[in-house]
Amino acid sequence: MPSKKSMLPTNYSAVLSGGAMPTRKKIAFAVAGTLFFALTASSYGAGPATSQVDTTHLAVTDTEVTVGQLHSSTGTMAISETGAIEAERLAISQINAMGGVLGRKIKVIQEDGASDWPTFAEKAKKLLEENRVAAIFGCWTSASRKAVLPVLERDNGLLYYPTFYEGLEQSKNVVYTGQEATQQVFAGLDWVSKTKNAKTFYLIGSDYIWPRTTMKLARKYIETVLHGKVVGEEYAALGSTDFGSTINKIRLKKPDVIYAAVVGGSNVSWFKQMKAAGINGKDHTLLTLSVTEDEAKGIGGENLVGFYSAMKYFQSLNTPRNETFVKEFKVMWGAGAPVGDVTQAAYEGPWIWKAAVEKAGSFDTDKVAKAEESGTISFDAPEGMVYLEPNHHLKTKLRIGEWRTDGQADIVYTSGYIMPNPFPKGY
Amino acid sequence: MGGYSLSDLWSILVMQGFSGLSLFSVLLLMALGLAIIFGQMGVINMAHGEFMTIGAYTIYFFSKITEKYFPGLMPFYFVVAIIAAFSIAFLIGYLVEYVLIRHLYKRPLDTLLATWGLSLIMQQIFRSMFGAREVSATLPNWLMGSWKPTPDIDIPLNGLFVMAMSIVVTLVVVLFLYRSNWGLKVRATTQNRIMAGAVGINTRKIDRITFATGCGIAGIAGACFTTIASTGPTSGSLYIVDTFLVVVFGGSASLFGTVASAFTIAQAQSILTFFMTNAMGKVVTLLAIIIILMMRPEGLFTSKVRK
Repeated sequence: MPSKKSMLPTNYSAVLSGGAMPTRKKIAFAVAGTLFFALTASSYGAGPATSQVDTTHLAVTDTEVTVGQLHSSTGTMAISETGAIEAERLAISQINAMGGVLGRKIKVIQEDGASDWPTFAEKAKKLLEENRVAAIFGCWTSASRKAVLPVLERDNGLLYYPTFYEGLEQSKNVVYTGQEATQQVFAGLDWVSKTKNAKTFYLIGSDYIWPRTTMKLARKYIETVLHGKVVGEEYAALGSTDFGSTINKIRLKKPDVIYAAVVGGSNVSWFKQMKAAGINGKDHTLLTLSVTEDEAKGIGGENLVGFYSAMKYFQSLNTPRNETFVKEFKVMWGAGAPVGDVTQAAYEGPWIWKAAVEKAGSFDTDKVAKAEESGTISFDAPEGMVYLEPNHHLKTKLRIGEWRTDGQADIVYTSGYIMPNPFPKGY
Repeated sequence: MGGYSLSDLWSILVMQGFSGLSLFSVLLLMALGLAIIFGQMGVINMAHGEFMTIGAYTIYFFSKITEKYFPGLMPFYFVVAIIAAFSIAFLIGYLVEYVLIRHLYKRPLDTLLATWGLSLIMQQIFRSMFGAREVSATLPNWLMGSWKPTPDIDIPLNGLFVMAMSIVVTLVVVLFLYRSNWGLKVRATTQNRIMAGAVGINTRKIDRITFATGCGIAGIAGACFTTIASTGPTSGSLYIVDTFLVVVFGGSASLFGTVASAFTIAQAQSILTFFMTNAMGKVVTLLAIIIILMMRPEGLFTSKVRK
């Protein structure tokens, strides 16, 4: 579709530098162009020439670079993805306040994946082929990422993906700013088996790829490394709200640790019904992989108190860097907005992209991906320094938080840096 | 089950029995409103779940107001909030019937589409009003925790509460339908609309009140569910399938059928998920329902309506 191409801002400089255009029109364009720059170029446009930083017809002008944001702002997943949208916006506005990327202001085109996986693929295609965005910050569920992946690889786009996930994936076109399963599972299990002297585990998750893969890793680790015993493993249908029988089974088996990865609306029912059945943090140990401050708000602190979450980040993290971040987030999005693990990971996306682009000196996907694989990209994130490893995942720490009644967690354990290992051997 | 003491097994048996009863009352409470609307009027209300969500948000709203302005009244707000949940859902139901449903009585398939659209609109309104994140109402203390008749047995208090509510609501509905003047008119309209109109019953008004009552009961159901499950813009959609299942399985025009069907489904599911995995338990229950419905397409109990 040739008409589409001429509408792109990319070709703006080409228009200015001439071509097969009548002279009068050219002059008119030049005048309009000058006016345009006079109006907008006050703080931007000091970077290298567009022809140098963009050889693949991306939406890059002398003053602006366009990126896409692709999350669900409607549908079931809006509950979870809202925080990510907000954090990415915060990061982008901060980068812009600092002078943008390569002297260019970041402009955002936001699309709604509507909690529907084919829609995600369609919108990714739109962002990459029609809008020619330089990068996409987006997706939350693994299903949406898997739907977007073929589009990314075909159109050679960049995705910055914020959620902790099951691993078993690595693509040149994706940077995973959340933890993959081995980072989230092993250190947490080590901690719980040591501090609680735990021998028996009950695994419960929602019935889809992330909990199933994660629990597979966990079971193997419990049986071979910790020499413990899995006394039950169970998956509840997504959206299931009745846990009465499951809770009774847990009471009968009396595991030392309940290891949980239940998501969405089910998560709320699961914790409320456990509390009602007399299973609480005082005399039971529960370690969950799926409760951040976002979920805690829906579950209610009184139903969570004393239970543990394994995450790389908690809002309560007591460092000056994090306090600044939390304050900035609340100024932008309101005091009631919780900051969870994924929210913080989403905040890292635009910063990592900025660092990679600046290292590459270009917005071209291949050059940015090469810079990302150089092993030299790092970022002073709210969670602490994070390092981008050549396998496109971040080297980070794992933290265990103990929930309080106010929906915040006390960090009771911080691991050392854990190398990302998306393809663990023997699992 | 080797290795477990007799007293262990006994207390599990008691708690398992209770968990089945608790699921039964949840299903019953969800299905009652729909049984009235679908059973008595033949309207397929896909927005039923959203009327439950209205009830849930009402509780959330009241809990926040009480917490902020009248903290001393925390133990009592729930009672007022449930009445409010019924009233608000009733009023919105009344409005919806007037604006939307009454134009579609002769086109049942279009009501399905229209109410589904309505459910999407309502979800977006919830999202705009309360935000996309799930919220949690602060419950009064008497609704939290468990009752321990013996040291090994925990009976959830919120489960007991839902059970009590479903008994009360069912009794009230039965009394209204079978003992009151209004119920007589509703049943007359169901059985023969033209004749009912001919003997001077305002069938349009009856329709409106019946629909609104069904929605109001959904509001109460939603209010009760805040104690055991989630409150978010799309929470209602978690229940809608189970709700239809109960009503269709019970036989759409029979209130007694709804009760029996809720009991059967709940006990089957609860017992099966105890002995199998969660997912398998559901599969077996659904398979059984499909087979029974193939043999008895009209559901467990059918009322004698002249065709």
